[in-house]
Amino acid sequence: MNDPSFDVIEVRAGVEAENDRFAAQVRDFTGEHGIFLINLMASPGAGKTGVLCRIIDALAPKYRIGVMEADMDADVDSHTVTEHGAKALQLRTGTSCHVDAKMTLHGLEHFKPHFPDVVVIENVGNLVCPAEFDVGADLKLMILSLPEGDDKPLKYPLMFTVSDLMLINKTDTAPIFDFDIPACEERVHKLNPRMKIFPLSAKTGEGFPPFLAELERLIDDALTTKRKGASR
Amino acid sequence: MHELGIVKHVIKTLHDVANENNVRHIGSVTLEVGEVSGVVLDQLVDCWNYFREKDALVKGAPLFVEKIPAVTFCTACENKYDTVAHGKTCPACGSTETYLIQGNEFSIKQIEAEVNEDA
Ligand SMILES: Nc1nc2c(ncn2[C@@H]2O[C@H](COP(=O)(O)OP(=O)(O)O)[C@@H](O)[C@H]2O)c(=O)[nH]1
Ligand SMILES: [Mg+2]
Repeated sequence: MNDPSFDVIEVRAGVEAENDRFAAQVRDFTGEHGIFLINLMASPGAGKTGVLCRIIDALAPKYRIGVMEADMDADVDSHTVTEHGAKALQLRTGTSCHVDAKMTLHGLEHFKPHFPDVVVIENVGNLVCPAEFDVGADLKLMILSLPEGDDKPLKYPLMFTVSDLMLINKTDTAPIFDFDIPACEERVHKLNPRMKIFPLSAKTGEGFPPFLAELERLIDDALTTKRKGASR
Repeated sequence: MHELGIVKHVIKTLHDVANENNVRHIGSVTLEVGEVSGVVLDQLVDCWNYFREKDALVKGAPLFVEKIPAVTFCTACENKYDTVAHGKTCPACGSTETYLIQGNEFSIKQIEAEVNEDA
């Protein structure tokens, strides 16, 4: 169809370019307001909310924490994290299978006027779509849990490639599931040599101290840089 | 038969794109579909041809599909091979430490559109 009255609109490329524009705005926003933004991604039931509650318990004495809930059971999750002392907000993802940068930016604006130091997005439970959308986070944190199996890096390589830090959750169930942690770590490191991996259990708390120490270091480093930039 | 749901979702997305770009009518739609995306193309086209007649925005618009071949990467020997022919097992070394690098895509690549000038 070469009718001159027709324009060609590049839909996919357009959606990606628009998301990247908003992701850049999110970075500006978190830089200006001194916010450390975490994009938490995992399958449904992997333990996002459970891990989040432990993070809040450990870090709430030191930082103001905000949570943006986008998973299916967002009502319940918001209630849970609020009980643990975080300020919670629900993102309306509608029928979308992921949080995009535009929703993130609008969500962050809702914390006005008292912006938290750390904001965690509990992304939609899914290992595919959230990996494809950069929301402008400082840390892409993913969880894989023992019942899901150690072959997931081979099935969903993009998620394991784009994430910065990975938790292997539910280590308390090791006697039941034959999940090979070293083999899984090796698969992940083939995809992403930079990935930091921490096996732990949100149920028992086992394995949390080294992860929380690393997380605190990342937050402090980033906030120091952001605050310097903002005061200039 | 999830092609029906896919077509409905595509049409909904096209309405969003049309609103954002001030599009009056869509002349054609081009999809990119991976070989192992799980979409049955014949059914997809049948559903499209049925639904496009019920929606003024896309009435009469042909659906073009660009197929993306499925390719798997072997982490053991770094070979790339045809997924459809060999599945999860690398034909070069027999390893199953392999992952799909392309072939599960499904996206609306582009549309031809009549745009309202008076806006
Ligand atoms: N055994 C065990 N169960 C866990 C652990 N973490 C979470 N769960 C359970 O797994 C289920 C899903 O956890 P939730 O945090 O809601 O997952 P989400 O859907 O990713 O937010 C709940 O029943 C939790 O109690 C863990 O470390 N060990
Ligand atoms: Mg949850």
